[in-house]
Amino acid sequence: MEKNQYLDLYHQMVLIRRIEERSAELYQQGKIGGFLHLYIGQEAVSTGLISVRRPEDRVITAYRDHGVAINCGIPAKQVMAELLGKATGCSKGKGGSMHMADVEKNFWGGHAIVGSHLPIAAGLALGDQYRGLNNVTICMFGDGATNIGFFHEAFNLSKVWDLPVLWVCENNQYGMGTSVERASAVPEIRQKAEGYNMRNARIDGMDLITVRDASLEALEYVRKNGPMLLEIVTYRYRGHSMGDPERYRDSGEIKKWQETDPIGIYRKYLSEKEIASLEEMNEIDTQVDHEVDEAVQFAESSPEPELDELFRDIYVEA
Amino acid sequence: MARITMREAISQALWEEMERDENVFIMGQEVGVWGGTYAVTKGFYDHFGGRRVRDTPISEAAIVGAGVGAAMVGVRPVSELMTINFAFVAMDHIVNQAAKIHAMFGGQMRVPLVIRAVGGGGRQLGATHSQTPDAIFAHFPGLKVVAPGTPHDAKGLLKAAIRSDDPVLFIEHATLYQMRGEVPEEDYVEQIGKSKVQREGDDVTIVTYSKGLELSLRAADELSSQGIEVEIIDLRSLRPLDMEPVIASFKKTNRAVVVEEGWRSFGVGSEVASRIYENAFDYVDAPIKRVAQKEVPLPYNRRLEQHALVQMEDIVQAVKEVTYG
Repeated sequence: MEKNQYLDLYHQMVLIRRIEERSAELYQQGKIGGFLHLYIGQEAVSTGLISVRRPEDRVITAYRDHGVAINCGIPAKQVMAELLGKATGCSKGKGGSMHMADVEKNFWGGHAIVGSHLPIAAGLALGDQYRGLNNVTICMFGDGATNIGFFHEAFNLSKVWDLPVLWVCENNQYGMGTSVERASAVPEIRQKAEGYNMRNARIDGMDLITVRDASLEALEYVRKNGPMLLEIVTYRYRGHSMGDPERYRDSGEIKKWQETDPIGIYRKYLSEKEIASLEEMNEIDTQVDHEVDEAVQFAESSPEPELDELFRDIYVEA
Repeated sequence: MARITMREAISQALWEEMERDENVFIMGQEVGVWGGTYAVTKGFYDHFGGRRVRDTPISEAAIVGAGVGAAMVGVRPVSELMTINFAFVAMDHIVNQAAKIHAMFGGQMRVPLVIRAVGGGGRQLGATHSQTPDAIFAHFPGLKVVAPGTPHDAKGLLKAAIRSDDPVLFIEHATLYQMRGEVPEEDYVEQIGKSKVQREGDDVTIVTYSKGLELSLRAADELSSQGIEVEIIDLRSLRPLDMEPVIASFKKTNRAVVVEEGWRSFGVGSEVASRIYENAFDYVDAPIKRVAQKEVPLPYNRRLEQHALVQMEDIVQAVKEVTYG
């Protein structure tokens, strides 16, 4: 990678973190409604993963999707405007936090029913395979999604039909407040791929470089051979959503994971490898602060959707 | 015009659309090598091959879910559910996904998916395999629900469904597959969302669709011999629901019976009757009657099952009641 690429990845991770922090504030001020699931702590997963996709590779994820949206190239302004439900949001204010998408950027959503987007991901890949295209569908989901039937039906179909899907389990250790140990029959999610005779790997999701390297290898494998499961072990520092009392874990556990903060690790990496100085990174931090300020300003000053927007896009053919 | 069965009409529609558009393909249980559990896709596998006629695992969430995904990227899958009862295991992908995706992401995605499902009772298949839950699916904005009652409409409407950019649930009644009717030789497409007058008459309006049409046509003959002329409006699709011909007919007859195979509660009859009252209250000469299945899970025993299902005589009786005859 060139220096500017290293710094771009740093920029993306910091941007996600600041957007999420600002979103939490706006939520508390009542400016963001509904549910809000923050990506803080997991930034290296989607940043590393999506950094190695080709533009023609599709991305689809679950409801913790703001970071993925940023990594796919949706401008911070449109993400923030969607959170505020404005007409200028990436889903015109109709999707909200959990349903962001931009088809032009090959980002196919933001899906809020746990596991339901896995068969859809198989379908995206089926459509591409049917037309003889060589692109991969990257489908991200949480550890909690691997206990639902959709996961198993999608895994089975993808293997039976050799669909080009890179299944990416972001194992952040909890499905809402229930730990993997309490919810899954197997401790490592990657084991579930064994039952489908599917190649799998389990990697550290706090280290951007590790994620990037493993993702690149996995993508090329899928492009040639069919589906694979990549389990990326990570941790969310905030609650499941904004209304999480967090009775299921103690603060010591969170603290321990914060010591392996993905942004901190990456800063250290860039500095030790003499790729970038701390000053350069601090400069990016400041730049991100401005960017987020601008995004919030844009979102707040954007118009509400017109009332007749309510009846638009229900059907393609009226 | 050729006189063909409903099964042949549906089969022809699929075949001709697959010949017309390379993007159209079929997937479902036993659609390929087996030739379709109702023989609708007999011969397809040999002609089109396994890429376009795809046998799936018994995995409804995958059949519909992958259909949704493939449709999103621009191909035109026809996902077949062996029976509509199995739609309940694919419910999420029908109602939470297919019906919502276009609106929820602000119009940037389309789901040109057809879900074919065989429904209906009367074949002694017991409670889980005999349902007519059409009204449930018609509840969801974003989905189109089509249920033809003649070979002509089945062919023309299935073609319309395949060409539609919206998700369409296409419900076929299993006991209508052998029904014969006139079907044009040339390519034609019917418009989804248009009700149709299937028989003209001045005394009573019967509003129905699918299996109810066959029963109502027979009832109409019987009633005619007794001096009552009914007009039959075939809804053909439950969503969009085209009430115009219904209201126009009702304003002429001032009396209506709604016939459906599903259960009465929260059903098609309730919806149609309400809309008539809302739009033509001043024309009402008698309370609108709903003819529907008795409110029980359908039993296996033939006698009991037939007792639960709508019979031609029930329609005759209801028509006489609204005419105070």
